Amino acid sequence: MALEVNGKSYETDEEGYLADLNSWDADVANAMAEADGAPLEDNHWEVINFLREYYEEYQIAPAVRVLTKQIGKRLGKEKGNSKYLYELFPYGPAKQACKYAGLPKPTGCV
Amino acid sequence: MAGSKFETPELREYPIIPKLQKDVMSHSKPFVAKEQHQEPLGFPGELVDNWHDKAIEKMGDLQSKYRSLQVYLDSCVKCGACTDKCHYYIGTKDPKNMPVARQDLYRKVYRRYFTFAGKYFPKIVGATDLTEKVLDDWYSYFHQCSQCRRCSVYCPYGIDTAEISMAAREVMDTIGVGQKYCNEIISKVHKIGNNLGLPGPALENTLEGLEEDVEEETGVSVKFPLDVKGADVLLITPSADFFAEPHVDGLIGYAKVFHEAGISWTISSHASEAANFGMFIGSYENMRKLAMRIREAAIELGVKRIVFGECGHAWRVAYSFLNTLAGPWDFLDQNYPIPQHICEVTYGLIQDNTLKFDKSKNDDMVLTYHDSCNVARASRMGDKAGGQFLIPREVIKAACNNFHDMSSDTIKEGTFCCGGGGGLLTDDLMELRVKGALPRMEALQKVVENHGVTHMAAICAICKSQFAKVFPYYDFSMDQIVSVHQLVSNALILTGQNDGESEENDGGKHPQQDIDEAA
Repeated sequence: MALEVNGKSYETDEEGYLADLNSWDADVANAMAEADGAPLEDNHWEVINFLREYYEEYQIAPAVRVLTKQIGKRLGKEKGNSKYLYELFPYGPAKQACKYAGLPKPTGCV
Repeated sequence: MAGSKFETPELREYPIIPKLQKDVMSHSKPFVAKEQHQEPLGFPGELVDNWHDKAIEKMGDLQSKYRSLQVYLDSCVKCGACTDKCHYYIGTKDPKNMPVARQDLYRKVYRRYFTFAGKYFPKIVGATDLTEKVLDDWYSYFHQCSQCRRCSVYCPYGIDTAEISMAAREVMDTIGVGQKYCNEIISKVHKIGNNLGLPGPALENTLEGLEEDVEEETGVSVKFPLDVKGADVLLITPSADFFAEPHVDGLIGYAKVFHEAGISWTISSHASEAANFGMFIGSYENMRKLAMRIREAAIELGVKRIVFGECGHAWRVAYSFLNTLAGPWDFLDQNYPIPQHICEVTYGLIQDNTLKFDKSKNDDMVLTYHDSCNVARASRMGDKAGGQFLIPREVIKAACNNFHDMSSDTIKEGTFCCGGGGGLLTDDLMELRVKGALPRMEALQKVVENHGVTHMAAICAICKSQFAKVFPYYDFSMDQIVSVHQLVSNALILTGQNDGESEENDGGKHPQQDIDEAA
């Protein structure tokens, strides 16, 4: 499967996650969010950027607690909780934000 | 995120048997595993050319290996006792989700190829050839069984649909038709050590973060040790405990229990997974390979005991099969159960007064308890019959003032599956998961209305994730599911703990009372 954005083609899996992490760019993230009806704003980008940084270092998306703590540091303590993350990403920060960030979907009992 | 189009069933006043809607779930099929998720498990990457003959050969092989399977296939008398016992039938109304009908998808092929009557008079005994259409039905409906074994409780012959479902999945894997969710996960455990694919350094980073959090909250330096040689206890817990909520709150609870009891323990980066999806796909070879990682870690670290965290089917595999899969365990301390459940550990420490609780810390909740199917019907805890029902409840009651059980026909050995067990906890089966949760949601709704229950506790990673996901479909909120050891964590008084209020964790807290330093 593939996703077309501005004439560029991105290979995806059945659920729309990018097949190749390196093919990711801001355009495809924006296009995925637009398709879901909620365009990305600055705070979404803070999460997406952190996910990509963490993935680059650890080859896995951060655990929920790691993510909330980091977002609390970056956006203020009142935002460092999963409730806020669900406001940003109603389909679940782990899955929806990973998808926009071009990371593979977290697997397992999660 | 494409939202699937389906209707959430309405909660009913009385649980009546639904009217049949033929083939209404025949469209429900999980994604098929690709080559890269099949081959590491020893299965062909795609449907093999001679799939029909290979499938029949595998069926014969399984019947000769598992006598139980042959007995289950032969002994059904179509009495109908199981028909209304399956949560997927109740939630979907599809007659093929009646346990007997699900079994018959396999049985009719068995009869055609393996019985005299079926070979010569197939129509009379309802025997059919294994056709593409039949295989298609298998793929759909054997992935609408969570192998929860509720039907087997009510079957006068004790026929276990789960085992037939496992056999069907193994036959399908053998001919190259695997399920992506399960097989991708198993291949990750073979390669990295856990379902998530969480590598050692990430695990270390995550555990360090938890140490900081707990110290910040309590003022006590509770450790989350990783790969510590010579520790007494090796904790084997689902990787969801490192990753997701409310699972991680349970993990914090285990750590506090070990800390307060002065038990030295460690997690292993090699065996960083309790779950054993090998069981879901009926593959003994994969189940054994996954279990062997635990043995390797136990030997490498030189531990004396193995304790399992809150994971339902892991406890079935551990309690019922670990010895034959990966034993003998003669190098462990024989004075403790091998393996032991974390609830058994905590219960023992409650009984000998090692642990002290301030139950009022959980006064913002009224609890009920969801018996996870694999713990309830396929294992035990403690040394008395029914210990797997009693011990988790006693742990909850030691930590909480408010507890009410759900209706008696929906708990203990009659418990309903969460709707996401048996390798079905995947987004591509969301309709099935939501509909299958119906009986549990109805039972929960009743105690919410009658006893003011606010939260449901569970000891299974799948149940926790499933409820967090499906609760909102039924107008509950996702944080109404909690870990049993999360309740322990909230109320356990740690020696030297500061009496300040903790960070907002799971919503607003009641006014804090001063805690006397104890122990």
